[in-house]
Amino acid sequence: MDVEAAKMIGAGIACIGMGGAGIGVGIIFGNFLQGALRNPSEAPKQFGNLIFGFAVTEALGIFSLLIALLLMFT
Amino acid sequence: MSNDPIHQFHINPISEPIHFGALDATFTNASLFMVAGVGLAAGFMWWAMKPAAVVPGRAQVVAEGAYSFIHSMVKDAAGEEGVKRFFPFVFTLFLFIFAANMLGMFPYFFTPTSQIVITATMALMVFFTVIVVGVAKNGFKFLKLFVPSGVPWYILWFVVIIEIISFFSRPLSHAVRLWANVLAGHLVLKVFAGFVPMMAAAGGVFVLGSILPLGMTVALYALEFLVAFLQAYVFALLTCIYLNDALHPGH
Repeated sequence: MDVEAAKMIGAGIACIGMGGAGIGVGIIFGNFLQGALRNPSEAPKQFGNLIFGFAVTEALGIFSLLIALLLMFT
Repeated sequence: MSNDPIHQFHINPISEPIHFGALDATFTNASLFMVAGVGLAAGFMWWAMKPAAVVPGRAQVVAEGAYSFIHSMVKDAAGEEGVKRFFPFVFTLFLFIFAANMLGMFPYFFTPTSQIVITATMALMVFFTVIVVGVAKNGFKFLKLFVPSGVPWYILWFVVIIEIISFFSRPLSHAVRLWANVLAGHLVLKVFAGFVPMMAAAGGVFVLGSILPLGMTVALYALEFLVAFLQAYVFALLTCIYLNDALHPGH
């Protein structure tokens, strides 16, 4: 197989990892909404924790995007 | 090729080459927009707080709002001692990243935070600050950061290895998160904007259809404004959490 073609296929496969990060971010925001609707007065205090969990989860998806970009442009 | 989505990230020198020994300090478009970002953030804060009125005007409300927003964030994440030691550092980082991201939202403007060398420099600054402050303040006890309490001894060795790996991958994820978010956002914008002339050039019914990618570009632009703020906030928040580890290494 041509190396360029293999790189493109690899970049596509690497992007599958972002799906996992998507599921994780969805779980975080979904569970936050569940908790926030049960006890709305406490919800704003957890905004920092929400964003922290989002950032840490999102990092893994970003790593796979990075691999895809490296494969495509180097 | 102007339709190339990568073209917007090219660094071009805009002055004569300047060299200090082996160091290339040529003034580039990246340098220009970093200077502009610093100037915008510092200039706005200076201009807004110049009256320092008891009943604030509109600009002063914005400046004081940004101040108290970051102040409460540092206080929640790193405690009273963190505010005393690190609030200026975190506030500067936040304002610089926010100003740089927002400047990058203008079409044809360069986005300094889309260069990994710039985000990595800031992330390594935080990383080494954590190590230096942690060792200077806690001495040998700083290593307690890697040994969480209340873990049974038979899995402790494994947890310690994971903690060490996670500590050293922090600057990587810290830098790459901001960089990749900004880079990917601007790439997607450019790609969708490129669909508009492509469809319009196809002729016939496609000319009417080109309104769809145009609407998508507008929607993505709104999302990018959210990302520009959120990533500046996330960078500052993670800085606070890492600095909190330096001040209170025990779990």
